[in-house]
Amino acid sequence: MERPIKRDFKRPTHINDYPVGPQYEAGFLAETNASWRTFRPVIDLDKCINCLICYMVCPDGTIMKREGKVAVDYDYCKGCGVCAHECPKDAIAMIKEEL
Amino acid sequence: MKTNKIFISGDEAAAHGVRLSRPHVIAAYPITPQTITVERLSEMVESGELDADYMHVESEHSALSAAMGASSVGARTFTATSSQGLLYMVEAMHYASGGRYPIVMMNANRSVALPWSIYGDQRDSLSQLDSGWIQVYVEDAQEALDMMIQAYKIAEHAKVLTPMMVNLDGFILTHTYEMVEIPDQDMVDKFLPPFETPNKMSFENPKNMAFSSQPDDNTEFKYQQNKAMFDAIEVIENTEKEFGEQFGRNYHGMVEEYMCDDAEAVLVTLGSITGTVRVVAEQLRARGLKVGILKIRYMRPFPEKEIMELSHKIKAIGVIDKDISFGYEGTVFTNVNSALAKSNATIFKKNFIGGLGGRDITKAEIEKMYKDLLAGISTNGQKTVEFFNLKVETND
Amino acid sequence: MTNETIMNIPRVTPKNMTEQEFFYGHKACAGCGGSVAVRLALKVLGERTYSALPAGCMAAVGFIFPQMAFKNNSIITTFPGVASMASGIAAGAKALGQTDFKTVCFAGDGGTADIGLQALSGMIDRDDDVLYICYDNEAYMNTGIQKSGLTPYGTHTTTTPAGKNLPGSKTHKKNVFEIIAAHDIKYAATASIGYPQDFINKVNKAKHIKGATFIHVYASCPTGWGTPTNTSIEIAREAVDCGLIFLAEYENGDFKLNKNPKEFASVKEYLTKQGRFKHMTDEDIEQVIGFRDMKWERMRRNWNHK
Repeated sequence: MERPIKRDFKRPTHINDYPVGPQYEAGFLAETNASWRTFRPVIDLDKCINCLICYMVCPDGTIMKREGKVAVDYDYCKGCGVCAHECPKDAIAMIKEEL
Repeated sequence: MKTNKIFISGDEAAAHGVRLSRPHVIAAYPITPQTITVERLSEMVESGELDADYMHVESEHSALSAAMGASSVGARTFTATSSQGLLYMVEAMHYASGGRYPIVMMNANRSVALPWSIYGDQRDSLSQLDSGWIQVYVEDAQEALDMMIQAYKIAEHAKVLTPMMVNLDGFILTHTYEMVEIPDQDMVDKFLPPFETPNKMSFENPKNMAFSSQPDDNTEFKYQQNKAMFDAIEVIENTEKEFGEQFGRNYHGMVEEYMCDDAEAVLVTLGSITGTVRVVAEQLRARGLKVGILKIRYMRPFPEKEIMELSHKIKAIGVIDKDISFGYEGTVFTNVNSALAKSNATIFKKNFIGGLGGRDITKAEIEKMYKDLLAGISTNGQKTVEFFNLKVETND
Repeated sequence: MTNETIMNIPRVTPKNMTEQEFFYGHKACAGCGGSVAVRLALKVLGERTYSALPAGCMAAVGFIFPQMAFKNNSIITTFPGVASMASGIAAGAKALGQTDFKTVCFAGDGGTADIGLQALSGMIDRDDDVLYICYDNEAYMNTGIQKSGLTPYGTHTTTTPAGKNLPGSKTHKKNVFEIIAAHDIKYAATASIGYPQDFINKVNKAKHIKGATFIHVYASCPTGWGTPTNTSIEIAREAVDCGLIFLAEYENGDFKLNKNPKEFASVKEYLTKQGRFKHMTDEDIEQVIGFRDMKWERMRRNWNHK
């Protein structure tokens, strides 16, 4: 698996459901970060030259390498806009999320 | 059973106990009077007798932090300290117990500055009863060695997974030479299996450790920690029994009662002072006085049950504290008195504060304590706190 | 490891780097520069990595039970003890017979230059096999933007409030890079997330060196700096271009400037676009430039550069 995905977390109902000590499965994600976003990056695949600058600089690792282009994992993109700002081809637009 | 006795100090006995327990990583910073232990361990690593990584850390805080790091991947670890060093690692002590890292630490009980003193009292470790460590206090060098081995077995037990501190009185025990039986490595290996824990990081089963938990979960982790400490009582007793069967030495678990069966006045002791009190109690017994000793071995978990049971058999109890919680009383006494309150005991109680900064506690003073207790039986049983052997007049 | 073998390390680029993400689903602020540093470093280091993080932003945002944002083995450490805890991890794993793994620290500027400096010194002194990465956002951001030893002159923080009597922080950045180099460490480098490929190259180099290594990476903080979230990379690039941050390496006893611009970009422009420097007077800015020039004069005189 390339990226961790949201999993179902069953809240403990018995004390033995807790781990012994504060330790848990690495990469276990109980929630997404999608609700943080007010603008979403939208990639114009015609303009994208797959230079992967956006891939490199994304603070959240949500730009994905996909068959010669890039795509966004909208479950974990926070909409910071770094990708759009750094894109040398202006191939990424930040579009306001509909509420 | 063949014997292998050698003449060594308490610090050296502790080092042999650690060597026999085969730790993977030792991280320690020197402080008097713990130094001989870490010097001997360094020599054992150098000679190849002990296959461990000795980490020369730059502080006690780092000593315990390094031990936690090693423990977090499943390594058996050891550290040792004393006094100011123990207090410097306090943050890491809470961290280790909360993280459930079963590190074993030797603490050479020493006074706490100011004023500076390298000599012994128990104010260092007794100030740390709330840091979540199992605390055992030993009486002599043999017990020091034996408890190092037992400590790993207790701390690493699946129901416990809690760090453990083995306390030796500074100088009186750490630097005093005694004949000590060194057990065979084979026997120790049989008694103490390799460390296994679910609480570790590995590449087969990657973990995120030492995480933060919100108010929704935090209490549950603390409940677990407290439960583990109470569960340790049974583990301590079983370990003690097994150790006694295999090695022929028994330290009686949470406490040792000495001549308590028909005793009227009992002195509660912690650590090496017990030896001197034994001599006095025997002399007084020979003179027909009904006196006994309750040697507390574990301060955490606390031997509440044993104290409550004893309180119904006796008429007066005195607690010798090489400690004072300023503005109240000795910490051992506070704990003993709490158990007594639960047993509704109306016996005479007295708290003797002494031995601070290494001052000797003499046989004559101990005899006077017993006599105070016996004389107090006919009074109304109010507790009193007394600094004994002050060498000057006071305004009290 | 000799220079020659270091040069033979396969280069890691965005094209060939693993698609696996090891720092994912974390709760860092949008546009966080520290997370860029942590994320890229882990992609270079790979899954056989233990990471150790002291109290600080990346620890606070990565381990909120049950949201575990590190895909690799990771642990929060005591604030002063990240280097010693990482040393313990490396020692413990080695004692248990593990091979082919790396231990890395990710600590902030305060965790490195202030409270963690003693343990870091010990780690380098012992030459433990640990890569220590300091992500420097120039203040205690996790606790709410207080001054650290790496807060530059003139910075408004919540404990150096700029006003009539105070220019913001009165002190310049502690020279951590040279403090570390003075230990005769095998490898130390400075970097900026504004030059991510350079940072990746340095992490890759450190990965292949057995023993203690150190990378000081400049990492922007839109929340603490008062900058838009989308300019985090740009601002970290401009800090280098105007000469306030330099890219260098210390290796085999020699210092090397990786980037030695003929002309610096405008310091004033870099400063005034950030909320934390908005109050600065021309005199304050002259002070900053003067300090920069003194430092560069010394570096150019004493260090290797093209």
